[in-house]
Amino acid sequence: MKKVFQTDWISRLLDALMPVFATLAALAVGAVMLFFLRVNPLEAYQALWDGAFGSSNAFAETLVKATPLLLVGLGICISFRGDVINIGGEGQMIVGAIAATWVGLTFTDWPGWVIIPVAMLIGFLGGAVWGGIPGFFKAYFNVNEILSTVMMNAIAVQLMNFLLRGPLIDPSQAELASKIPQTARLLEAFRLLRWAPTRLHLGALIAVILAILVFILLWRTTLGYRIRAVGQNPHASLYAGINVKRYIVLSLLLSGAFAGLAGAIQVYGVNYRMITDGSSSGFTGSAGFNGIVAALFGQLHPIWSIPASILFGALLVGANSMQRVVQVPSAFVIALNGLVVVFVVSSEIWRRRRQRHRLAATREREDESSPPNPGESSPQHVEVKV
Amino acid sequence: MISDLFSTTVLIGILASGIRLATPYLYAAIGEMFGQRSGVLNLGVEGQMLLGAFAAFYVALTTGNLWLGVLSAMIVGALLGLAMAYVTVNLHAQQGISGIGFYLFGLGMSDLLFQKLMGTVETVKGFPKINIPGLSEIPGIGEIFFSQNLLVYLAYLLVPLAWFVLNKTTLGLKIHSVGENPDAADSLGVSVARIRYFTIILGGTLSGIAGASLSIALLNVFQQNMTSGLGFIAVALVYFGAWRPWGVLGGALLFSMVNSLQLWIQVLGIPIPSDVAVMMPYVLTILVLVASVSRVRAPAALTRPFERDA
Repeated sequence: MKKVFQTDWISRLLDALMPVFATLAALAVGAVMLFFLRVNPLEAYQALWDGAFGSSNAFAETLVKATPLLLVGLGICISFRGDVINIGGEGQMIVGAIAATWVGLTFTDWPGWVIIPVAMLIGFLGGAVWGGIPGFFKAYFNVNEILSTVMMNAIAVQLMNFLLRGPLIDPSQAELASKIPQTARLLEAFRLLRWAPTRLHLGALIAVILAILVFILLWRTTLGYRIRAVGQNPHASLYAGINVKRYIVLSLLLSGAFAGLAGAIQVYGVNYRMITDGSSSGFTGSAGFNGIVAALFGQLHPIWSIPASILFGALLVGANSMQRVVQVPSAFVIALNGLVVVFVVSSEIWRRRRQRHRLAATREREDESSPPNPGESSPQHVEVKV
Repeated sequence: MISDLFSTTVLIGILASGIRLATPYLYAAIGEMFGQRSGVLNLGVEGQMLLGAFAAFYVALTTGNLWLGVLSAMIVGALLGLAMAYVTVNLHAQQGISGIGFYLFGLGMSDLLFQKLMGTVETVKGFPKINIPGLSEIPGIGEIFFSQNLLVYLAYLLVPLAWFVLNKTTLGLKIHSVGENPDAADSLGVSVARIRYFTIILGGTLSGIAGASLSIALLNVFQQNMTSGLGFIAVALVYFGAWRPWGVLGGALLFSMVNSLQLWIQVLGIPIPSDVAVMMPYVLTILVLVASVSRVRAPAALTRPFERDA
């Protein structure tokens, strides 16, 4: 008995460490790539580490970058658990940011303690709308959400470009010939509290609190239970009386809402204005995509997504210092992120195998103690879909 | 202004560039269609295209040989396809997400190589226009259909070829059976793994050509993220075309005609904000997906890894 228990414990530990192995594998492949670029991989990774954790300011920057990743990632935890693939984080961030910025630029005579929460809420709702539309199309018209969310990204970018060049343009830019597509700056009173002299802002704390709330939502409420049930087995859920279509819409809607909030916090905590270079990553820094990576890395668990987001925030900040110190373009880290994703999903096969072994071991133990009960299956039998 | 749109020259211009713009979509979407028909959703098309576009451009730039460029794009695409096949077929990795991983890899890698090997945007002399003797002299029609470059013609030849392979050959039957009922196919002695490897590598190769068609036949430059969502649209076109070559052709043409119209609207200075105009093809794609997708059924085994005795 004791031996079984021990292997069980080891196999669970291996499960938890799987993403770490996957990252190490990606870093190893990255080292080979660096070698071919005639860069010393050790020097490059040293620069990356120093840039991300070398000083308190560096670490603050890492947390600043981690914040939108975590917020987007929380939404991803919800939607992927509901078996809905939301690739639309970029667009949802943009729309949330536009909506929140509009609030801050319009109601300038209101006090900050009213405007900041309202703007966050409006950003949340803006993202919810942008995620809800593809959710509605998926539930009621059977439109693949991967495609519609990608289309919605493209539409959001153009919407942003249009608004920032026209209706929302900074009045002082509108008079200049250059016409830089940006909004006016938010009033000082509307900016999120900063931990001076770094750029670390209140948004990071909000994101962590929300991570706990999303955990409670997913595992301690009926809503969360149903979202997960629909994700694991829509047919069984339907027979259990769950309105599957409604929960598909809800999981995309909530997922979009968190991305929208990420956009709003990016404006109120970091940039204080919106500016576009014509692409979506110009505003989001690709957080809409990287948030997916972070959430997957955190095994779609809101709490584990916190360290995962910090890791990827660190990679992004470290990439900049790597570019400065060893002249490796920061695009290297995007490629590295891609490898991490591929390795993490590929390593799932070993996790599933161990899960099956554990299940078999549990069955054996049950067989020893009591006669088997046909039709009964242990909760571990349900495979976690990632 | 608006009336400018309706002159014959402009109309011919719109149609001719619409035909041309459909080229990368056709290569990528036909390739993706093969994968999906066998049950594998490859979302990494965009990454394959970007690396293909870079490989083609860089090789064409350094060797001066356009065909070597196309060949290297094919090799790069095929290798990425091979990796995708290993991950999804052997390791049973979730297809949608591994595709996103390959997309990010291609996005970062093509940018990295571009900055390290070239640094600045350069241009090449791409595939020249080939006027098909006789046909290209027909007024209007000639300019639209028979005065394009070679990669454009090949893209359109691919459509009937894909139709023939899928519907008239044993291979097509095997692909279909693997995508609909892999267990049955397996019990009849069809190797599910081998068929899926074939379709994914074929898809990667064609995505590579799609990238090459952008960088050395249509635009003749390479830039960071030059595909900007084109690969994802190609995936959408497969759904749009209901997993059939002619349907994909229809979708690609519709999308690129609207795109071409949008470009001409900007060229003619018609007072529609350019951002709104750029939005049009995307909005249209969503609407058409809403109107069409619910009627047709996807391959039954799409996104499902195959495992014996699972």
